[in-house]
Amino acid sequence: MKYREKATVLGCEEIGTRIFSLRLETRQIAAEARPGQFVSVYCSDASRLLPRPISVCEADAGAGVLRLVFRIAGKGTQEFSRLCSGDKVDLAGPLGNGFSLEMGEGKRILAVGGGIGIPPMLETAKRLASGGQDVTAVLGYRDEVFLRDEFPCRCIVATEDGSCGTRGNVLDAIRAGKLEADVIFACGPAVMLRAIAAYAREHGILCQVSMEEKMACGIGACLSCVYKSKEIDTHSQVKNKRVCTEGPVFLSTDIEI
Amino acid sequence: MAQNMSVEICGVRLKNPVMTASGTFGSGVEFSEFLDLNRLGAVVTKGVALVPWEGNPVPRICETPSGMLNAIGLQNPGVAVFAKRDLKFLEEELSRDQAGEGTKVVVNVCGHSEEEYIGCVEKLSDEPRADLLEINISCPNVREGGIAFGTDPKGVERITSAVRKAARQPVIMKLSPNVTSISEIAKAAEAGGADALSLINTLTGMKIDVERRTFALANRTGGLSGPAIHPVAVRMVYECAQAVKIPIIGMGGIRTAEDALEMIMAGATAVSVGTASFHDQTTVLSVIDGIEGFLERHQVSDIRDLIGCVR
Repeated sequence: MKYREKATVLGCEEIGTRIFSLRLETRQIAAEARPGQFVSVYCSDASRLLPRPISVCEADAGAGVLRLVFRIAGKGTQEFSRLCSGDKVDLAGPLGNGFSLEMGEGKRILAVGGGIGIPPMLETAKRLASGGQDVTAVLGYRDEVFLRDEFPCRCIVATEDGSCGTRGNVLDAIRAGKLEADVIFACGPAVMLRAIAAYAREHGILCQVSMEEKMACGIGACLSCVYKSKEIDTHSQVKNKRVCTEGPVFLSTDIEI
Repeated sequence: MAQNMSVEICGVRLKNPVMTASGTFGSGVEFSEFLDLNRLGAVVTKGVALVPWEGNPVPRICETPSGMLNAIGLQNPGVAVFAKRDLKFLEEELSRDQAGEGTKVVVNVCGHSEEEYIGCVEKLSDEPRADLLEINISCPNVREGGIAFGTDPKGVERITSAVRKAARQPVIMKLSPNVTSISEIAKAAEAGGADALSLINTLTGMKIDVERRTFALANRTGGLSGPAIHPVAVRMVYECAQAVKIPIIGMGGIRTAEDALEMIMAGATAVSVGTASFHDQTTVLSVIDGIEGFLERHQVSDIRDLIGCVR
């Protein structure tokens, strides 16, 4: 089910330069959100009429608390960064498919995140770790490290400036650490996901990638956020899968990445 | 006192004058998780063509102040799948009262050529659930995806008359605002036999992404919609209402009941809510409730008394 809710802000803090962690109390969304899914967050200023899709960083079903970690990218996310405890914010969600964690069962798993693609890997790693799965997080940053200390599993870091962990990107860290895997879950910039998909193909690793594209409705009606797929899609019978609905997570071999 | 909210468009009764706008609501499947489609005057489905269309490359949309640009390019599954799947869904989802009345279905049709429009319209003739056809001769994002037919009065008259002959259902022609005189186009559609008009489609616009020093949309240009275009739409509805006798469905930037009432008072018999559904899935319901509230507050017994009341 998808829900439209007025969530209550529990807190909003800056955890990195222009990177904010927003905790929200929801009636339904947190209870049903799975890792890799996202929510539409609506601006209170209706002159910014499109929702901002933001991935689920943490979802505490019992407490009904949803955590979103986002970077300020424009006026909408700037508005969210100024939210205070007690404020109300409109949400729709949970949206999209999320990672198929079952694919990792009993396997060696890498949870790979790059930049602002790291937040969704936190809930992913938490669920895998609490399910007793063998998961290693590989986190790539430009320079400043955030969220790493919250990962409940082995964590390998790469920074572009070499200030922490391997100098370079996530693939450099994977190679440097001689990390072996059967399954990869990944979220990050398109260029990183393309490289991860190629690496997975070379090494015969199953790979799920979480893609991004400009969205309007967020629920599958407007056909803005399509990604080229290998097979005919069910909606339009062409080769355009909707990132908001059939995605955002795709098997890397199913799309023209 | 219960106010009358129902209006009639070319012999088809709408329980209220509020519908969705083509392309912003799919076929209602996705929105039905958020609202009861049975409350609407009509569901207007996304443009459908004779065969599946792939649409444009991404990015297909961007936000602008109080609006957005889109260049989806009329991606659609083709009329066969649409009829089998989407119309079937609407048939099941929409209930009818004892008199057989309920939320109506307006099927929006697009094409690359006269033959494609006619082919699609003929296929829809056998579909009892398609109550009205809306012919898109105004999409700015597809070459010959409509606008080529929609900007020249002679072309408009010709395509209208061809579609009119092929269609079993009443035909609504959806007009482009990207013309010098929309009332000339409206008159041409009326002369071609149009049963009603929808206006306006989006206004052609462009946004530059200065960080990337390129166009925000892969298609370079896109159609501007949202509250930003509302005053333009009201003006055009007014002009066309003065120029033709057939009913007009007003659309363009409607977000509130007040916006909808402006259109109605300017001469629209019904209205469509489009882009505002992206900000709130239930906008269309608050517009219906707001119009009802207005009638009550102002002791207007019949919505039809407001149609074109401002001259």
